[in-house]
Amino acid sequence: MLTNHAKLIKFFHVATKVTGRKKLQKIIYILQQCNIPFEEKYRFHIYGPYSEELTLRVEELCNLHFLDEIKEDKGHYYQYHYQITSAGNDFLNQFSLDMPDMEEKVSLLNGQSSRFLELVATMLYFADLEKSDVEAKVHELKPKQKYSAEEIARAWGFIDEVI
Amino acid sequence: MAYKDEQLNEEKVFKDPVHRYVHVKDRIVWDLIAAPEFQRLRRIKQLGTTYLTFHGAEHSRFNHSLGVYEIVRRMIGKFTNYPHWNREERILSLCAALLHDLGHGPFSHSFEKVFKLDHEQFTRKIILEDTNIHRILKRVSPEFPKQVADVIAKTYADKLVVSLISSQIDADRMDYLQRDAYYTGVSYGHFDMERILRVMRPIEDQVVIKSTGMHAVEDYIMSRYQMYWQVYFHPVTRSAEVILSKILHRVKFLYETGYTFKLKPTHFQSFFNQEITLRDYLRLDEAVVYYYFQSWLEEDDFILYDLCERFINRRLFKYIEFNPNTQMKEWMELYRLFQDAGIHPDYYLVVDSSSDLPYDFYRPGEEEERLPIHLQMPNHELKELSRHSDIVESISGKKRTDHKLYFPKDLLEAVKDHKLKKQIKEILYGQGEGQLVD
Repeated sequence: MLTNHAKLIKFFHVATKVTGRKKLQKIIYILQQCNIPFEEKYRFHIYGPYSEELTLRVEELCNLHFLDEIKEDKGHYYQYHYQITSAGNDFLNQFSLDMPDMEEKVSLLNGQSSRFLELVATMLYFADLEKSDVEAKVHELKPKQKYSAEEIARAWGFIDEVI
Repeated sequence: MAYKDEQLNEEKVFKDPVHRYVHVKDRIVWDLIAAPEFQRLRRIKQLGTTYLTFHGAEHSRFNHSLGVYEIVRRMIGKFTNYPHWNREERILSLCAALLHDLGHGPFSHSFEKVFKLDHEQFTRKIILEDTNIHRILKRVSPEFPKQVADVIAKTYADKLVVSLISSQIDADRMDYLQRDAYYTGVSYGHFDMERILRVMRPIEDQVVIKSTGMHAVEDYIMSRYQMYWQVYFHPVTRSAEVILSKILHRVKFLYETGYTFKLKPTHFQSFFNQEITLRDYLRLDEAVVYYYFQSWLEEDDFILYDLCERFINRRLFKYIEFNPNTQMKEWMELYRLFQDAGIHPDYYLVVDSSSDLPYDFYRPGEEEERLPIHLQMPNHELKELSRHSDIVESISGKKRTDHKLYFPKDLLEAVKDHKLKKQIKEILYGQGEGQLVD
């Protein structure tokens, strides 16, 4: 029961604090690619892999007061900050979750910018393509982001490190 | 003449209760509709188990796919003279619209959850692998099947084409809202689609709405909101869905633990083994699933028998509202009491959450995560809908989640140990049975 909710709470417990919905979406997607068993289904949206299921599940966790969501007005958009609550920790303690250790990966991912994670997640989404085709796809689908060759090279390195 | 441009001698029309007529003049569209993989969609219900709540909801993915094609055909007809619309993308858009749900299987939501499948991957396989659909598309050009698959997967470079079937106000949603409202018989899903089509404007990589059309879009958002709560999220449908999932879990468990079935579940074997070929996938439709459910009524395993009997005869689980924050201890106690009563809690005590369902609400732009609906103001400035419409804003911030606890009331009533039964009922119903919904 509510195992997928518990897995997310575990993530927030490990991450302590996550800033930005886009960042959260991309971190969970990348962790999935690292075989951490999050089950939220992802689709490619305009800005990369996105899970409606994850959005709704996080909303449920907030409504249940297992997560604190702080909305910050950034002028032309809102930014959201997430943190586990004591009720969330209590809930987690009642669960016997069998999750692999993800502390190191979460810390590494949480330390990156959402722009970079968007690039990494997009590259992973096309992982079955040739390397050059992946890069072409990034430029084709994200022309406005104007990712540089250095960023893409760094993303390849990051993928090697994290996956 | 190139196959892509080939026209039928005379226009064909399908009578349709939602759009009145679905018009087909392109040879390729006609050929795709006739392909066995597309005809298979006649045997997959659009709304899965919803017919157990709304008896009219027997319409198929076939009807819906034709409807989405027809809406896109009408959209394109209106876009022809706009500078951002590339007329070369017409046939690609029509094919993608027609084929967008091709990979759906029977009761695909439950199947996908239990067997860890993704219908979009099967849509892609049907389009790209050796199928009739693939051969038809390939007659346009060797790259054409991939382009169609990319549009459906939203990874096609021309975002405007993608947005026709995948955006916050797309042909897919516009068809299913109206179609599902028609067939369920509810009065919520109606909006003025003709008006919306008139005020849609293709600009760069998205379709925006001329600001004078805002009220028509408000109606569309409201109907989406109403349909979510009244139809898609209906607790009785969710009860049927819970039982269906548990049947699949049980049969998978029995297979994995070496149970000897009276009728070998041949059609399911590759699903159990996680080695599903496209051929296996395509031959599993709802008729086959029902055949097995009927045959499992003869099995000696009580849980499998009971769950199938409930599904076939609509003896669904009852439910109460459940708050995982405040009722977690009660749930754990219930789990133990169900075990003591000989009612397997893994199958008969189920929490179902809003996030378990495949439907979404309109959400305004959030850190550019999803493209919102934009209104085009008279000065051509774009404004996000909820920042301009009080109605949309008022429903955008509402709490939209819930959790329900499902259980078989009849099995509880049959528990012989009265003390145990009383304990369970006290937790479920509190002081009385007021919370219980039949």
